[in-house]
Amino acid sequence: MLKRLLVANRGEIAIRVIRAARELGLETVAVHSEADRDSLHVRMADVVVPIGPPPASKSYLKPDAIIQAAIDSGAHAVHPGYGFLSENAAFAEAVEKAGLVFVGPTPESIRIMGNKALARETAAKAGVPTVPGSDGVVGTIDEAVTVAAQIGFPVLIKASAGGGGRGIRVAGDADELRKQMSVAQAEAQSAFGDKSVYLERFIRRARHVEVQVLGDGRDVVHCFERECSLQRRRQKVLEEAPSPALSPATRERLCESAVRLAQSVSYRSAGTLEYLYDSDSGEFFFIEMNTRIQVEHPITEMITGIDLVHEMIRIAQGQPLRLKQSDIAIRGAAIECRINAEDPEKNFMPSPGRVSEIILPGGPGVRVDTMLYPGCAVPPYYDSLLAKLVVHAEDRVTAIARMRRALRELHVEGVKTTRALHLMLMDEPRFGAAQFDTNSLEGWLAAPSS
Amino acid sequence: MPHHEVLCPLPGVFYRKPAPDAEPFVKEGDTVKPGDTIGLVEVMKQFNEIHADAAGKVVRFLVDNEGAVEPGQPLVMLETA
Repeated sequence: MLKRLLVANRGEIAIRVIRAARELGLETVAVHSEADRDSLHVRMADVVVPIGPPPASKSYLKPDAIIQAAIDSGAHAVHPGYGFLSENAAFAEAVEKAGLVFVGPTPESIRIMGNKALARETAAKAGVPTVPGSDGVVGTIDEAVTVAAQIGFPVLIKASAGGGGRGIRVAGDADELRKQMSVAQAEAQSAFGDKSVYLERFIRRARHVEVQVLGDGRDVVHCFERECSLQRRRQKVLEEAPSPALSPATRERLCESAVRLAQSVSYRSAGTLEYLYDSDSGEFFFIEMNTRIQVEHPITEMITGIDLVHEMIRIAQGQPLRLKQSDIAIRGAAIECRINAEDPEKNFMPSPGRVSEIILPGGPGVRVDTMLYPGCAVPPYYDSLLAKLVVHAEDRVTAIARMRRALRELHVEGVKTTRALHLMLMDEPRFGAAQFDTNSLEGWLAAPSS
Repeated sequence: MPHHEVLCPLPGVFYRKPAPDAEPFVKEGDTVKPGDTIGLVEVMKQFNEIHADAAGKVVRFLVDNEGAVEPGQPLVMLETA
């Protein structure tokens, strides 16, 4: 039995893990940087260990300091949370080598599924669709046309040496592809010094849909999906569960494919398989797996009634899955708004500082995961997430009304927050109608409907 | 020789290089003009370029690479004119 758990993280997720551990009767160890001495996770834990200066590279990202803290504090296990070292296979391995339990998957799983190319290969072997593309570089225009016909139009022509959205052209049909290919190759040559290009299916209206799974190293179950399409600069802003875009038949095929893929690597612990869902064709494609707990896990907990962090700890203790697939059902709808320390009026400029006053919403169906308290510091060194405001209701319409009222109750003074953005979203007709994809939010911000 | 200190406009972590394996933006002995990038400050995972606000020769940096910085803190000393 594990008796003492070290949480290798900070902020709201450290608190989330401390709460779960405590409910299971475990003692908790918090680690903290110099900037987090007075953080709520530090105040809550049974044992506290300082691990270094404020920058994460000198504290929360230091495997040795964290493992030493675990040994010194008599911890038996380490929960990595999300971010920081959570998907670092070498860290998971070092934890195990030190004779401690890593509350997460095996280092091997992290290594395979954390590598995009390997994960894609693994998916293909498990019969899970990935975004169709050329296998490597296409050399000639004729070859490109042949390959594109197999992939399906429209296609993206991508520079092999490009990245971050640079060096990409779209072709809607074979004629366009013939015209674009030589331009794309010339551009790639002048921009990156390498003219090689490859093809990939272009999904005009893609939704980001992800499936939560739990595995014990033998069996895997899914806890349905989350819809995370509302993003700004590729960062999720608001998530909901279930996805309002999926038919029951598609949902079943999607979730079943996630179980198959996780099963094929004998996945242990909580994990999330991310997919692109093509709103036009109704197809879904696996893109990558997150081998850890995710920020937006509470919406899944709300609709399924499962405590995912409890389950992670139980699995880490060597217990088999307590849940059968037939035990898991969706009840109602849940939404999460990420309340960030950013100023929506100043192009989302970060807003560190000190919280002078805070009023958190409550009442039926409302959950707030946060490290904020009156007078607490919001250091500039870490990400800007202040609070996750989560609501649950019997259906999506009621959940939106509940979120609107909860956002109106929320009051934070001392730092700027993204509350106003979320209030705008609750009144956005295209959000209400669930008509959006991964590009929508930036468009709405540029041209809000009044 | 008159000296000028470039002050940090915001809190965060200071970087002298655009990437861990890259060359520093400027080195001791280099000359800079107003608007030249002398480093980056990371605030809540966003990177902000820090520009020289005067012309001069870089005498020395007053904070370490990857050091924590506060608003108003001197980052680099320039020898002007």
